[in-house]
Amino acid sequence: MNLPVHTEGLTKRYGGLTAVQNLDLSVRAGEVYGFLGPNGAGKTTTLRMLLGLVRPTAGTVRLLGRPPGAGRLTGVGALIEGPAFYPYLSGRDNLRVLARYSGVGADRVALVLDLVGLTDRAGDRYAGYSLGMKQRLGVAAALLKDPRLLILDEPTNGLDPAGMADMRALIRRLGAGGCTVLVSSHLLGEVEQVCDRVGVISAGRLVAEGRVADLRGAAVLRVLADPLEQAAARARELVGAERVRMVDGGLELSVEPDRAAWVNAELVGVGVAVRELRRRERDLEQVFFDLIEKGTADVA
Amino acid sequence: MSRSFRAEAVKLTRRPASWLLLAVTLVLALIFTYVFPYASIAGGTTGPNTDRTLPMLLPDRLVGNSLGGLPVFLGAIVLILGVLTVGGEYAWDTWKTILTQGPTRLQVYAGKLLVLATAALVVVLSIFAVGAVASALIAVAESQPIHWPSAGDLLTGIGAGWLVATMWAMLGAVLAVALRAVALPVGLGLVWLLAVQNLLAVLAAPLLDWVAQLQKGLPGPNAGSLAAALGAPGDTPGVAATVGGGQAALVVAAYLVVFAVIGGVLLRRRDLG
Repeated sequence: MNLPVHTEGLTKRYGGLTAVQNLDLSVRAGEVYGFLGPNGAGKTTTLRMLLGLVRPTAGTVRLLGRPPGAGRLTGVGALIEGPAFYPYLSGRDNLRVLARYSGVGADRVALVLDLVGLTDRAGDRYAGYSLGMKQRLGVAAALLKDPRLLILDEPTNGLDPAGMADMRALIRRLGAGGCTVLVSSHLLGEVEQVCDRVGVISAGRLVAEGRVADLRGAAVLRVLADPLEQAAARARELVGAERVRMVDGGLELSVEPDRAAWVNAELVGVGVAVRELRRRERDLEQVFFDLIEKGTADVA
Repeated sequence: MSRSFRAEAVKLTRRPASWLLLAVTLVLALIFTYVFPYASIAGGTTGPNTDRTLPMLLPDRLVGNSLGGLPVFLGAIVLILGVLTVGGEYAWDTWKTILTQGPTRLQVYAGKLLVLATAALVVVLSIFAVGAVASALIAVAESQPIHWPSAGDLLTGIGAGWLVATMWAMLGAVLAVALRAVALPVGLGLVWLLAVQNLLAVLAAPLLDWVAQLQKGLPGPNAGSLAAALGAPGDTPGVAATVGGGQAALVVAAYLVVFAVIGGVLLRRRDLG
């Protein structure tokens, strides 16, 4: 399989601290992959290892099929742990300097500045940029090489809501255009909106990987009824005790939501007053915390 | 590497601090080599540590006068330039920005060293140019004949000055890589250049023979010996014929290479960030 990002057993230890442990990561061609995890989980260390900034203690990394070495970042663009540029140069001149390093033409500079909406302020000194403008310039630098693989570490940091929406749209556009995007974040909503698949890292280990919908699991049927105990008893008879949970003063039934009318009729039939009956997606945030907790507990 | 060199050249030339350092270098060279001695001669005053006479300020002494500052105070400024050029990437966290564009660490480092070597040459040429103008003006003012050093002597002097200046720039570069910063390398480098070297030469070496022998292998005394061999005034701080000119040139060149290599090895081996 064509895997623009592929790691096997990737591990990084700093003395007695294991920052990343035995990480197997596979990002498929053309997908937008979300790399989720709380602060300190090992996301940035992993990305730095991918890009050769940090040397792995163990394991292998291949980007666009290439092992570490000269030329390994051809076709790869990245923004790691916030933008960093020369404060005495303008945004445009910063990109021109980087273009010299990467060997791309000056025409790309104007193009990427336009892409991130920074053309009007490109002549200003970087030192005077707002946080959001700096972030945009960082993304512009990542796009300089017209990459086939784009690695973005918390790309919406410092952006206002409109800027965040623009960034998400840009990522989706790049993904739709065939660029593989690996985007790390601790913002679930952000990942959910732009990513095809996600990997969840906790305490340096990949604790889950899959499509957001798969991680979230099937939707449940939320029931608010009186008396609740009687409703719970009848529901257990109907769908089985293992499919009924008491949550937040109501019931959650693990059944197809389109069986709502049938459940309602059965509950009403035994004298239960049904106040609310609705489909409920499993909260991604809860899924995330469950995974993190599980990962942390496994490590402990 | 040529890409890295061109990128580094843009960064260096667009950085205001580079021009400030060059200006300070030239002002110091002018003041301490020509203005103060000439003012002393013109005013008829003498000092305990100098015996400069008018002939020592004339154009035929251009080579020695231009090299006199490089073993210590002008060398310190070039060291700062070396620290800024390499250490700035740590201070601004821009290593990651550069390296994610594709060049290897050693390509970027080589570009930096090359641009530092070029900057050192520009500094030395500027010192010679300012010295030439100053000495010519003094000669005219004093109605003295103007005799320039031979082209060979000029080239030798410029080469020696470049060697010394580049060595200090490389020391700045290696300190920046080793300490991954700007402020501490500058501070430690200046302490070594301006204080420790002087203390070793003035206090320790006359008392302890092994320190005197050690001096013959240290970068500062060898830079001073090289300058002395090419006519730098003996009353200039750091200028003394501790060893012969040929040996001094070899030792300075060796330090230049060693500093550059150590910096490269450290940069290549260590994690960034």
